Amino acid sequence: MEFFHEPKIDWMGIKWYFITMSLVLAAAGLISMAVKKGLAYGIDFRGGTAVYVKFSKAPNLDAIRSELDRQNLRGATIQAYGKPSDHEVMIALDLKTTTSSEALDQGKHAIVTALSGLYGQGQAGKLDFNNSSPQTVSDHLVAADPLGLSSQGYDSATKSYRDLAEAIIKFRNSPPRSGLISDFQELGSVPGANAGVIATLKNDFYLSSFAISDTAIVGPKVGGDLRRQAIYVTLAGLGAMLVYIWFRFELSYGVAAVVATFHDVIITLGFFSLLNKEITLTVIAALLTLVGYSMNDTIVVFDRIRENVRLNKRENFVALVNRSINQTLSRTILTSGLTFLAVLSLFLFGGEVIHSFSFALVVGVIIGTYSSIFIASPVLVFFQQRLPGSAVAARPKSYPREPVPARR
Amino acid sequence: MEMKIKGRAIFIGIVMVVCLLGIIGFPKNFQELKDNVRNRIRMGLDLKGGTHLVLQVQVEDAVNITADQVLERLQDELKAKNIPYADAQKADDTQVQPPKHRVAVKGVAQERATDLQTLASEQFSDWELSRMPGDATSWMLTLKTTAAANIRNQALLQAMNTIRNRVDQLGVTEPTIAEYGQRDYELVVELPSVDDPTRVKDIIQSTALLELKLVQDGPFSSRESALAAHGGILPPDTQLLPGPMGQNGETWYVVNRVAAVTGRDLSGAEPSHDTSGRPDVNFTLARDGAARFGRVTSANVGKLLAVVLDNRVYEAATIQSQITDRGEITGSFTPQKVQDLALVLRSGALPASIKYLSEETVGPSLGADSIRHGVVACIVGFAAIMAFMLIYYRGAGINADLALILNLIILIAALGYFGAVLTLPGIAGVILTVGMGVDSNVLIFERIREELRLGKAVGAAVAGGFEHAFVTIIDTHVTTIVSAAILFTFGTGPIRGFAVTLTIGLLANLFTSVFVSRVIFDYVLSRRQKGAELSI
Repeated sequence: MEFFHEPKIDWMGIKWYFITMSLVLAAAGLISMAVKKGLAYGIDFRGGTAVYVKFSKAPNLDAIRSELDRQNLRGATIQAYGKPSDHEVMIALDLKTTTSSEALDQGKHAIVTALSGLYGQGQAGKLDFNNSSPQTVSDHLVAADPLGLSSQGYDSATKSYRDLAEAIIKFRNSPPRSGLISDFQELGSVPGANAGVIATLKNDFYLSSFAISDTAIVGPKVGGDLRRQAIYVTLAGLGAMLVYIWFRFELSYGVAAVVATFHDVIITLGFFSLLNKEITLTVIAALLTLVGYSMNDTIVVFDRIRENVRLNKRENFVALVNRSINQTLSRTILTSGLTFLAVLSLFLFGGEVIHSFSFALVVGVIIGTYSSIFIASPVLVFFQQRLPGSAVAARPKSYPREPVPARR
Repeated sequence: MEMKIKGRAIFIGIVMVVCLLGIIGFPKNFQELKDNVRNRIRMGLDLKGGTHLVLQVQVEDAVNITADQVLERLQDELKAKNIPYADAQKADDTQVQPPKHRVAVKGVAQERATDLQTLASEQFSDWELSRMPGDATSWMLTLKTTAAANIRNQALLQAMNTIRNRVDQLGVTEPTIAEYGQRDYELVVELPSVDDPTRVKDIIQSTALLELKLVQDGPFSSRESALAAHGGILPPDTQLLPGPMGQNGETWYVVNRVAAVTGRDLSGAEPSHDTSGRPDVNFTLARDGAARFGRVTSANVGKLLAVVLDNRVYEAATIQSQITDRGEITGSFTPQKVQDLALVLRSGALPASIKYLSEETVGPSLGADSIRHGVVACIVGFAAIMAFMLIYYRGAGINADLALILNLIILIAALGYFGAVLTLPGIAGVILTVGMGVDSNVLIFERIREELRLGKAVGAAVAGGFEHAFVTIIDTHVTTIVSAAILFTFGTGPIRGFAVTLTIGLLANLFTSVFVSRVIFDYVLSRRQKGAELSI
């Protein structure tokens, strides 16, 4: 099977359409960033408190807001996320609205208190089952010993209850419950959870209609440090690649590759700004992946150009670049297509947590492939023709505008 | 040729078996196999759920304490050596980072300068003695930079140990306590499955500085009345500390600045109850402390002794007789507080206070959800790639698929071997590895096809394809590994996780796509009928 049979496309002839498109995309992204006063950083970069909550039924956001106001948490962001049917809400306090790390900590308490007041229906002395860990459940089971295991000795009994508690919590956390049960009887399908066990749980726990799935408290120092580090480290990585390519090829190859990769990062960040998506730590990981992928793709094309330069001393450089891209086109489309397939499955099936991560990868694979052809190669041509002393000067000035006739 | 292929195939087989055993161990049944795999592939907190804390040890506290002690010792030594001086006090320079710790001694007669210099070089070798400009009788002791750095590093290590002790005693399973970043004295504490991070944070943070001090005067009903009783100035070497709320409001005590015994002298602490059933903490003293405590108590029978915790008097009781090795701390504690207090006393005091920089808790349901989704996504993506390779390259597709599988096996085994933790950024590294792994195979196969189109014989085409593609593969891989090395060196936490999996994956990939794939090709070629076409 074969998709492309010796294509003859004049890539450098159509480069301006794509460079213009890149400039428009980059400009749109940069303008969006300027208008929105920078990128929308996630809590891990900008500092603040975020509590992610899942409710068993659609929560009343206005009620939550007024309850938070009562707790003196004015200015909190309350925002639904994920699929509407999952009833998931993020409540965030920005560093701007609070002043110190201590306030962030108290903010989390206030949020939890407000939620418990609205959705907890707790009874005195009982614990919230939907927000308990296996350890807590196991401790209560051991204390009550509903299975009568005390005769087995301490170690054996503790281990049995520990395993049972883990099975129960695992059941609670698996879909369709995903962390929330509304009736203790639901636990009856867990092996080992007999009526006695359920009675014990009923006695010691109550069921709230919300579960806190994730919290983050990030102080101002960590946020700023992470942001700086992500930028510096990425730049250092690009610098190292530049030096390596300089060493293996020529300086102009290195510069062209880095320009193309930088272009990819800017455009991907622009997409995030345009679509109002937050830049989180996992997005940074995706950007690093994108840098690696784009670089890989560019080097494959450059490698072919270098090889052809050695083989054909007299060929016009632009025609040579065209031919190199055409020769590697089949592999470019295949590799990016397959990588895209893998990334797409991550985007479609990977779940909520990695959604922005996989989004960055999906955009990144497309942009990374495109930039090797339409950014890296033209930039290389530009440098090769302008830089004094490059081998290109000795090559013919004109090249056939029409597709090169087939060699056969 | 045949022998060479056989030898290489055996080598590949051995690598595969070692890696597989590295992942699954020697299981006796299916349950053990599951346990082994779970133990070896360690998931990060972002995948399995848990609490992730970043905290900063305020190491300057420890240097300050040392400087305080030095000031006290210097005054004692000057007295003992009979060197008169007008004034000695701390003169730290906090304008610079890190701060410079200094003690200024003023009014030392010029003829005693040599004695002072001898004293400084003999007793305070970590400090540098220099004259103050324009004043022949004033001197400055400055803590040497290396000595200060030493104290800071020691404080960080000691804090790490103390925190580890405390977390261990809480019974948290598989905690991680490690340095975070290369500077700034930050620690990262990772606690899987804790449902009350606030309590854990409090326990980690509590300095729990326990001191038993002799009461000089008191109780007073307010700070002002305590000061008024001493004419506005406290007696030398004493301090004023707040006490428990009594029936008539707050209480204040004037106590000795130097403690009779401190938390460092403890050998144990247990939660208990006092005679009236209130929760309290019983402690026992180690031998040295017990001896010192015995001396102090026997010399001060009838006086008040204060139990001071974090600079607050919890209890002041009359010394009835000599006490040596045990005592108790009673206050209005809840049973939970008594448990926690005993725990932190047992685990030793923190050498410096702690500031939390960030806290992140991933709920267990979210973690479980991520893993399940991630696994589904990986299987779908992987199956799609493998199926496509088979359809597009037919026979050679098997080759690529085998190389890809072996690549992943090596990667997972290596992660287990290095004890690396698989996090979300780590998975990003795996994805890039898979992408570049597929790319290597595509590069090679496309090149072989090109060579075949040029009319080369099958054997020469395979050799030429590998040869050409090899240059490209080396360039792409080395470039990426170079940048991964930079990420690993200068990055922290998540960025490092990405760099580690990527580097391991790419090294494995060089082995599988260049070496393993070649051996399979050679094997196929050696079995081929003369003149038959290559399935690619």
